[in-house]
Amino acid sequence: MAMRILADMAEVMEAERLIEIASSHIDGCLYHGDSGVEFAERLVAGGGRVQVPTTLNVGALDLLHPEIVRRDEHSRTMAQRQMTAYTKLGCLPTWTCAPYQAGHRPKLGEHVAWGESNAVAFANSVLGARTDRYGDLLDICCALTARAPLAGLHLDQNRRATVLIETGGLSDALKQTDVFYPVLGSWLGAEVGGAVAVIDGLPAETGEDRLKALGAAAASSGAVGLFHVAGVTPEAPTVAAACGDQPPKHTIQLTAEMVRAARDRLSTSQNERIDAVALGSPHFSLDEFAALEALARDKRFAVPFYVCTGRGVLRTLENAGRVEPLAAAGVEIVADTCVVVTPILPAAGGVLMTNSGKFAHYTPANTGYDVIYGSLADCVASAETGRVVRDESLWA
Amino acid sequence: MGLTAAEQRGRVLVAGDAAGPLLRLTEPISFWGGVDPATGRITDPRHPQHDAEIAGRVLAIPATIGSSSSSAIILELMRVGRAPAALLLGQVDAILTLGVIVGREMGYATLPVVELAADTMADLPEGEVLRVMGDGRIMANGPGGGAT
Repeated sequence: MAMRILADMAEVMEAERLIEIASSHIDGCLYHGDSGVEFAERLVAGGGRVQVPTTLNVGALDLLHPEIVRRDEHSRTMAQRQMTAYTKLGCLPTWTCAPYQAGHRPKLGEHVAWGESNAVAFANSVLGARTDRYGDLLDICCALTARAPLAGLHLDQNRRATVLIETGGLSDALKQTDVFYPVLGSWLGAEVGGAVAVIDGLPAETGEDRLKALGAAAASSGAVGLFHVAGVTPEAPTVAAACGDQPPKHTIQLTAEMVRAARDRLSTSQNERIDAVALGSPHFSLDEFAALEALARDKRFAVPFYVCTGRGVLRTLENAGRVEPLAAAGVEIVADTCVVVTPILPAAGGVLMTNSGKFAHYTPANTGYDVIYGSLADCVASAETGRVVRDESLWA
Repeated sequence: MGLTAAEQRGRVLVAGDAAGPLLRLTEPISFWGGVDPATGRITDPRHPQHDAEIAGRVLAIPATIGSSSSSAIILELMRVGRAPAALLLGQVDAILTLGVIVGREMGYATLPVVELAADTMADLPEGEVLRVMGDGRIMANGPGGGAT
C-alpha cells in the first residue's frame, strides 16, 4: 500500500523518478479521528517496517503526564493506539515537533522525507537538507520504502530564492530581539505563500531558535518550506548565491509599519487580562528554557503557564534539577504533545498569551481561546498578575 | 438551462464524477486548524469563509497554506462522510491530494480532485451546481442543478 500511494503521489507531483532518502520525520501520529488509526494499523498488519532512521512528531497524549489531557475514553484509546502503531512500524518515540533539537539533524544536501511544516522549514532552511513539504500519511510511506519523489524542494532549481526581502529599514535593536522573528515569519508566509525568499540584512549571529520561530510562523501563515537568510543559512552565503545568480523576480523593502501590522494580526484580542500563557511551539529548546528560567526566577504566576517540549529536553532538565524551580513558579511542562493539538487548556476558555507565532496562528481555531502575542518577557510579566504587559518601545 | 460559463477543463489529479454547489474560497486555507474534521465546517475565525460548510460542495481553493496534517483532515472527512463533493485546486497541492488518494486506498467514498488555473476558477458561476467529470471537465448545471 505504501509503495502504491508513493507511486500515485509521484505522478501528481510530476516527479520523473523516486530517490533514496536518508531519514524521515513523521507527522502522522497525531489523532484527528479514527481514520488515522485505521491507516496506521493497516500498515502494521501488512508487516510494514521503516527502512531509514525515523523520528515521530507529537501525539494527542502526554504519555509522561497523562492526566493533563482532557479527552473522552474513545479518543484517548484511539490516540494511544495510533501512537503505538507508529512505534510498531519501527519509528523512534521522540514525540516532538523539534526533532532537529532532539538529535535528528540531517546533513547539508542530504535528501530526507520530513513531515510537520515547521520541521520541514527547519530541515531545508537551517540545516540545508532537502525535503519537500510531505503531508501526513506520505511521510510514513517514504520511510517504509526509503524512497521519495524527485520533485519540489529536492531539486536545485526549486531551492533558489525568487523573492528578495530587504530589512535595512528596520532598527538593529528590533533585529536583536527574539520577539521580532515570529512576526517576520508570519509576515513572510502571508506575503510569499509557497515561494522561496531570501532575507537580507539580519545579524550574522542570528541563532537557530530565532530561525526556528521564523520558519514555524511562515509555515503557518503560508506554505513556506524553505527560506534563506543571507550570511546566515547554509545555502545563502550571499543574496546572489541564494538566488542562483539570477535577479530576484520581486524585491520587497520591509518597513517598521509592515512589521507592526503583522504583529497586530497575530493577536485576536485587546483584552487587558489573560487567562493562561503557553510557550513552546515549536517545542521549547534547552536554550529557550534557560531564558525562561532567568526571567521566572523567584516569580509566582497568577495564571496557568504551560511550556511544551520534547521528552528528550525534559529529561535533560530533570537530570539537572531544573524542573522543580520552574514548577514552583507555576510552570506546567507539557511533553509529547502541545496545547493547540489536544485539549489541555482550562475548559472555561478566555485569552491565551504566547510568544509563538505558530501558537498565535492556530490557537483561536483549535482551542476557542483568543490570543495575544508578546515577547517571552511580556509573557512572564503578564503571567505574574494576569494583566497584559507589553513592551511597545521596540516597535516604534 | 443556459450555461453561465463555458465548459472548463482542468488537469485530473484524482479521477471521479461528482456534482455539488460551488463554494469558492477567497483566501488560502489550512485544513488542519481551519476545518473541523468531524463536521466539515470552516473553523478558522480569520478566514473570510469562516463557518461555511464544505461537505458536499464543489470546493474551489486558490491555494493551501499551513499544516502538513491537512491530508489527515481530508482523510477523516472522507471517513465520516463530510468531505467536499469535489476539490478544484488553483495550484497542485500534494497534501490535500494525498489525503484523497489514501482515502481511496482505505476504501472510503472518494472524490475527484482537479487542478484548475486561478483565472478559470474565477469564471465559475458562484452558487450554482457544478458537475465534475472523470476527464477533468467542469460543467454548470444551472441554479438548483439536477439536469445533466
